[in-house]
Amino acid sequence: MPSSPISRREWTLATLGLAAPAEVAEAWQHAHQAAGAARPAKLETLSADEAREIEAIASRIIPSDGTPGAREAGVIYFIDRALGTWQAEHRDTYRKGMAEVQSLRERMFPGSSAIAALSGSDQDRLVAAFEKTPFFELLRTHTAFGFLGSPVHGGNRDGVGWTHIGFEDKASFSPPFGFYDAQAMKDESR
Amino acid sequence: MSVRFRPSDAVDFLVVGSGAAGGVVAKELSTAGFRVVVLEQGPYLREKDYSHDEIHYATRQGLTNDIRRQPIFYRASASEPAVIRKAVGYGRQVGGGTVHFAANYWRFHESDFDERTRFGDVPGSAFADWPLRYADLEPHYAKAERDIGISGLAGANPFEAPRSGPYPLPPLPVKSSGVLFDRACRKLGLHSFPAPMAILSQPYRGRGACTHCGFCSWFGCEMRAKSSTLVSVIPMAEKTGRCEIRAGCYARKIEIDKRGRVTGVVYFDERKREIRQRAKAVVLCANGAESPKLLLVSKSNLFPEGLANSSGMVGKCLMWDNTFGINGLFEHPLNEFKSVKVTRVAHDYYRSDPKRGFFGGGGIDARFGGYPAGFAIGGLPPGAPRWGSEYKRQIAEYFNRTMMAAGHCTSLPVESNNITLSPDVKDEWGVPAMVVTFRYHPDDIQTQKWLHQRMVEILDAAGASKIWGGPGSDPGSTFHLMGTCRMGADPRRSVVNPFSRTHDVPNLFVVDGSNFVTSGRQQPTATIQALAYRASERMVSEARNGGLGR
Repeated sequence: MPSSPISRREWTLATLGLAAPAEVAEAWQHAHQAAGAARPAKLETLSADEAREIEAIASRIIPSDGTPGAREAGVIYFIDRALGTWQAEHRDTYRKGMAEVQSLRERMFPGSSAIAALSGSDQDRLVAAFEKTPFFELLRTHTAFGFLGSPVHGGNRDGVGWTHIGFEDKASFSPPFGFYDAQAMKDESR
Repeated sequence: MSVRFRPSDAVDFLVVGSGAAGGVVAKELSTAGFRVVVLEQGPYLREKDYSHDEIHYATRQGLTNDIRRQPIFYRASASEPAVIRKAVGYGRQVGGGTVHFAANYWRFHESDFDERTRFGDVPGSAFADWPLRYADLEPHYAKAERDIGISGLAGANPFEAPRSGPYPLPPLPVKSSGVLFDRACRKLGLHSFPAPMAILSQPYRGRGACTHCGFCSWFGCEMRAKSSTLVSVIPMAEKTGRCEIRAGCYARKIEIDKRGRVTGVVYFDERKREIRQRAKAVVLCANGAESPKLLLVSKSNLFPEGLANSSGMVGKCLMWDNTFGINGLFEHPLNEFKSVKVTRVAHDYYRSDPKRGFFGGGGIDARFGGYPAGFAIGGLPPGAPRWGSEYKRQIAEYFNRTMMAAGHCTSLPVESNNITLSPDVKDEWGVPAMVVTFRYHPDDIQTQKWLHQRMVEILDAAGASKIWGGPGSDPGSTFHLMGTCRMGADPRRSVVNPFSRTHDVPNLFVVDGSNFVTSGRQQPTATIQALAYRASERMVSEARNGGLGR
C-alpha cells in the first residue's frame, strides 16, 4: 500500500549512513501523513448529477473489468477537486463539454435520460462518437491522472491505479530492480 | 540563522541566483573570506517540503518558474506573433535547477572547445571556438566533482577527455535499462559506460547514499543524496558566517555609477518591497534566460542597449536542449521506476564527422521514460487504444516493460535565436516579460534524424519487440539555457571574457549556462559548475589585488 508506514527494512536502508536520520524520518512522516489525510468525503465543485455523468464516462475510459478502474480509484473526486483548484480554468470546459455530450446522447439515444443510465455498450458508442474532441482528451487526461496520480489529489484510492500497473511508491529499493539486472547479477556471480 | 547584512553596507560580492553556478560562487567567495549576499527568486526549501507527488512536481513542474506569474512569450522567428508559452524553464528555489534535475553530469570533451576549427564554418550560424581549452577547465571539473559529490567510473568511457583523478564515488548500481543497453552496445561494437551522476552512490561528507526511491527528475531529493548546490556547497557557504542567502528575492535592476561601475542591485523582497543592496562587485548567475533579461532591463545612459551589452550580443545565440527519446518494449519487467533515471551512456556518436554532411553529434543514454500518470497519457506507441479495457490492459503491460533511449544532440548558436524583452507585457512584479525566439538550425534537425536511426539500432540490438517515438517537429521547451552571454576574447563579439567577467564592466561577472559558446551534447551542469569555479578563482585573486577597481 502506498500510504502505509514504511517497513523496518526500508527504514534501515533509508537511514544507512545518514548524518541526520531524524530529519529524514520527519520528511517521511510528513509525506505519509499528507497522503493519508487526503480523502475527500464529498464533492466540493461538481453537483451530484454532473459527477455521476462524468464518472460514467471516466468508467468507460478506465473500466472496472474485473480489477479496479476509474470508479474504484475515486477518479471523480480527483476531477472534482482539480476543477476547484489547479484546473479551475477548465470548470467551464467541462460545463460546455458535458452539455455537448448530453445533446449527442439525446440524438444518438432518443428517449434516454442520462449517460449513467445507458448500457455499457451504448456508453461506449457515445464515447466513440466524441473521442476525437479536445474535451475528450482533457477528460482522458484527468481520468488517467486521477487513476495514477498521487492519492493526495483525491483519486488513486488505496493506490489501486499503481497496483494495476505494478508501480510502488516507496522510500527505498535495493538492487536488483528488474529482470535483466537480476539476470546480469546472477551471471556475474557464476 | 545565517549572517544578515545591511543593504546600505556594500558587501564584497552580490550573487544573483543560487543554482548550479550561484551556489558554487557563493561557497568559493565566502570561504575565501569575502562577505557575500545571494539573491534567489524562489523559496528556501528543505527535505520535509518535498514529496513523491507526480502531479505537483512532474506534471506541473512545481519546482520551476510559473508563467502565470512571470509570462514568457515564444515565437519561431521575429516575423511571427509571439504566444504565451513556457519555452524556457528553470529551477526556482535555493539550489535552482540542481534541486530537480535528473543529475546527469557529463564533462565536455576536448573537441567541444575548438569544434569550429576542427569542423569549419557552418553557414547560418555563429559557430565559434571557445576562448579556453579543456585543459584550462580540467582542474575545475575535478574540484566540482569532489565538492558536489559525483558518482562515476573514470576511464570507462574511451572517448572521455583526460582526467586528473577518479570520481569521488563509484557508479550507482546498473538498472535493467542499463544492462540491455550494455548488451546492445557490445553487439554493435559501441562503448557504453556507467553514467556519471550527481547522486551519491555511497555516504559522502555527511550525506547519505541514494536509496533508489526513483523520484529524481523534477523532484527534490528527500534523502539529500542528489548533489544539488542546496545540500552540497551552499551549506559550506553559510557555515562561514559570511554568506547570506536571501530567498524570495527577485532582482529588478543592476545599478551603476557615473564611471560605469556596478554599485549594487535593486530587488523585490518576499513582500515585494524594493530593496537596494550595495555591493563592491556583482556576479550574475541567474541562468541563461534570466541573466540576459536582467542585463537588458538594466539600461542606462551609459548602456542604452542594456548593461554590458556594447557588443549587442546579450541575449543572442540561445541554444536549446536538443534532446528526444525513443521507447522500446521488452519481454520481462524492467521496473525502470526504481532508482536513478540513467545508469548507462554511450559517446560513440558524440563527435561531429564532416563525412555525414552536416555539423552535429550526440550522446545517448538508457533511462526511465516517465512516471505513471504521464506514461498513461503519452507513453504508449502511436495507434495504441486511448480508452477502454484494452487501453487499461496495455498501460499495465507496457509500464514496467518499457525503457527509453534518449539522444542529446548539438544545438548550433544562431544570432536570431535569442532572449529579448516584451515591449508591453510585464510580470507580476512589473518587470518586462521575456520573449524567446528560437528555431533549430537545419543541421540540428539533421543531427536528430541521424542519431534517431542510431538509437533505433541500439534498441533493436537490445531485443526490443517494439520501438516507437522520435524527435518532434516542435522544439517544445528547454531547461538547458545556454549561449546568451557568450564568452570570448573579442569584446565586439562576446559579452564576457574567458574568466566570465564582462568586457564592459570590470566589477560585473556573468557565470552560468549563458557563457557557453557551443552546446556540447547537452547535460550542461558539469561545465557550468567548472566555469563557476574558474571564475570564482579569478574573482578572489582580482579582489585581493584590488583589481575590481573601486
